[in-house]
Amino acid sequence: MKKSVFLGTVAAATMIAGMGLAQEGSTLAQVKERDELNCGVNTGLVGFAAPDASGNWTGFDVAYCRALAAAVLGDPNKVRFVPTTGQTRFTALSSGEVDVLARNSTWTFSRDTDLALDFVGVNYYDGQGFMVRKDLGVTSAKELDGATICIQTGTTTELNLADYFRANNMSYTPVNIDSNAEGEQQYMAGACDAYTTDASGLAATRAAFADPENHIILPEIISKEPLGPAVRHGDNNWGDIARWTLNALIAAEEYGVTSRNIEELVRSSNNPEVQRLLGVSDELGAMIGLDAEWARRAILANGNYGEIFAANIGEQTPIGLARGLNAQWTQGGLLYAQPFR
Amino acid sequence: MMMTDVSVPANPPFRLSMLIHDRRYRSLTFQVIVFILVMALFWWLINNTLQNLALLGKSFDFGFLFQRAGYDIPQTPIPYTADDTHLRAAVVGLLNTLIVAVLGCISATVLGVIVGVARLSKNWLFARLMTVFVEIFRNMPLLLWILIIYAIFTEILPPPNAYRGEDPAWSMILFDNVALTNRYTSIPTLGMTNDPGSLDLGARITFNWATIAFIVVLVGGWFARRAIRNHAQSVQDRTGERPTTWWKTLAVMVLPSLFLIWYFGLHLEPPSLQGFNFSGGLNVSNGLVALWLALTLYTAAFIAEIVRAGILAVSRGQSEAAFALGLRPNRTMSLVILPQALRVIIPPLISQYLNLTKNSSLAIAVGYMDLRGTLGGTTLNQTGRELEAIVLMMLTYLALSLIISAGMNVFNASVKLKER
Repeated sequence: MKKSVFLGTVAAATMIAGMGLAQEGSTLAQVKERDELNCGVNTGLVGFAAPDASGNWTGFDVAYCRALAAAVLGDPNKVRFVPTTGQTRFTALSSGEVDVLARNSTWTFSRDTDLALDFVGVNYYDGQGFMVRKDLGVTSAKELDGATICIQTGTTTELNLADYFRANNMSYTPVNIDSNAEGEQQYMAGACDAYTTDASGLAATRAAFADPENHIILPEIISKEPLGPAVRHGDNNWGDIARWTLNALIAAEEYGVTSRNIEELVRSSNNPEVQRLLGVSDELGAMIGLDAEWARRAILANGNYGEIFAANIGEQTPIGLARGLNAQWTQGGLLYAQPFR
Repeated sequence: MMMTDVSVPANPPFRLSMLIHDRRYRSLTFQVIVFILVMALFWWLINNTLQNLALLGKSFDFGFLFQRAGYDIPQTPIPYTADDTHLRAAVVGLLNTLIVAVLGCISATVLGVIVGVARLSKNWLFARLMTVFVEIFRNMPLLLWILIIYAIFTEILPPPNAYRGEDPAWSMILFDNVALTNRYTSIPTLGMTNDPGSLDLGARITFNWATIAFIVVLVGGWFARRAIRNHAQSVQDRTGERPTTWWKTLAVMVLPSLFLIWYFGLHLEPPSLQGFNFSGGLNVSNGLVALWLALTLYTAAFIAEIVRAGILAVSRGQSEAAFALGLRPNRTMSLVILPQALRVIIPPLISQYLNLTKNSSLAIAVGYMDLRGTLGGTTLNQTGRELEAIVLMMLTYLALSLIISAGMNVFNASVKLKER
C-alpha cells in the first residue's frame, strides 16, 4: 500500500516535471531551429484570422504572422497557426507555446507589466461597440438599460462593459461566452439583446451573418482598444524583430513601397529611407540578427500595411471597415512608423 | 554443567552490507531511499517552478485576491458588484458551484434510485426502457450532454420579447407564474407583506429572519416527529397497541409553517416583462438549468446501477425469510432489503457525489460562472496569476471533496453492519 502510493507520487511528479521544463535559448534561435513560427491567432474571426474553405488561414492578423515568418525564415508559409481563445491566449504566449501573439489583443498597462507581455506596436486602433438587431428599435447604447449582453470572457471588453454601465447608472445581465463563434450563435438565437466586442470584431462578425442588413452597430464607442501583436517579456531581440517587422509594413505604405513595385524600387529608388528599409544601403538587418533583405521579404509576403488592410478588412471586403484612425499619420490617422535609421 | 554449547550466538557486528542483505533492515533501507528520492523530486519541481517564474519575471503572490475585480457575474448568491475584490468573486463562484452541486446530488439521487429500482421491475417494457436510459446517459461524454441540453434551450425557447404585446406568440405557464425563455427560466419570488428584516452577518451577507424562522420550525418539527414516534414505540412495547400518530405528526410538521406563512403574509410575486427582460421574479439562467439537468441525468445513470447492484447483493433468502415471517412486500423492502442494500450502495455513492461536484466545473461551457469561471477563468485571465489561481482552485476542490467524503462517511458509519 505504502509503496504504491510512493510510486504513484513519483509517476505523477515526473509527469508534471516534464510539462514544466524551462524554455531555454533565445526565441529567434528556437524559431530558426524549428524552421517554423508558432503564431497565436483568434479561433476564428473573419477578416482578422480564420481558416478559409480549403483550410488556409487568412486575415489581417494572419498576414502579420506571415510577414514575420518571411522576415525571419524566408518563407511566409512557415507558420503554424495556434488558435487561442480570450482565456488561453496569454498563457499560450507566456508558456512558450507560441512565439508571437497576433490576436486582436488590447495593449493595456497591466498586460504590458503584470502579465509580463511586450506589445510591439499597434496594428489596429479600435474601440468597443455594441451590435443589436434593427427591429429592437435601439439607436444608442444609453438605451440598453436592463439588456442581456453577450460578452467574451477574459477580455478587456468585459471590464469596459462593467465600467460603462456603472458610469451611466444602468444595469445589465452578462452572458459569458468563450469564443466569437459561440457569441455569434447566442446572439443569433436571441439569447442576448446585444453583442459587445471591439467595433472591428463586430463588423467582421456581422459580415458573416446571412442577413447583415438587419443588425446595426450602435454609434457609441465606449473604450480605446489599441490592438497589437505581443511577445514575451525578457527576449528583447525577438521583441525588436517583431516590432520592426510591423514598422516595416507601416513604413512601406508611407513610402509607397508595395508588393508590386518593390523589385523595381530595389533597383531604382534613390530615396535613402527606402534604400535603408529594403536593405539596399546600410545593414539594418544585421542589427537585429537577420539578413539585409528581411524587410523586403516581409513586405513581399502580403504587401504593405495598406494592402493588407484593403485585402482583409477594407472597404472593398464584406467587412467594409474604413481606415479612420488607422490611416497613415500623413493622412490624418494614427499610424506612425519610427524612422528606419 | 556447562551451558556454553547451547548459548545463543552474540549479535554479529553491524556491517553496511546488512542494509541490503539482512531482512531486518532491508525494507527500512528501501523506504528511506524512496523517501529521499521523492523529496528530491519535489525540491526539484518547486525549484524549477520558481526558476521559471523568475525567468518570466513573475512572483508567487496572492495579493491579487484583494484587488478590484472589475467584472460582473450574472448569478450572485451574495451581493457582488464589479467594485468588489477578486476574493469575493471567487467566493461567489464557489457558492455557484455549491448550488449546482447540491441541486445535482439531490436530483441525481432521487432519479437514480427510481431508475435503479425500476430496472429490476418485472414489467418487461419498463425495465428495458430504464436500461436504455442508463446506457445512453452513462456512455456519452458529459460535456456533450451539457452542450446538447443548452443548445435545445437556446434554440427552441423564445426570446423574452415573444411574450410582449396584445397577442403574444408565447404565454407564461403555471397560472402566469413561470416564463420560459432562451436566456433563463423566470420563476416567481416569495414576497412578504410583513417583512421582519434581515440578520446582518457582516461583509454584506444577510439572512432574512423569516428564512431563519422557517428553518427553526422545520428542524423543530422533525425533532418533534421523532419524539412522537419514540413515544408511540414505547407505548406499543408496553401495551402491544400502537397509538394513531398521523394527525400529531401532521400537526407538528405543517401547522407551524402555515402559521408563519400567514404571519409574514407570504405570497408569490410573479415576474413581469419590463424593458428587455423579465424582472420581479427570479431568473434562473439556462446555463444553470442545462448544467443541472445534464449532471443529474448523467450521474443518475451511474447511481441507478449502484442501486441495482446494492439490491441484487442482498441474498434472496433474506426476502424469503421476511415473507415467511408474514411481512408484506413494502415492509420487506424498507425493513429488510434496503437497510442491507444501503451498506453496499453508500460507498460508491460517495464517489458519484464527488464526481458530480468536480464535473460541475464544466460549467464554463455554458457560461455558468462557477469557481472555474470566476477564479479559474476571468480572474486568472485579468490578473495573469495562472499558478496561484490554479493552486487555489485545486485546494478548494480538494477541500470540498474531503468535506463531502467526511460527511458521507459519517452517514455510512450509521448504516453499515454493526459488528459486536
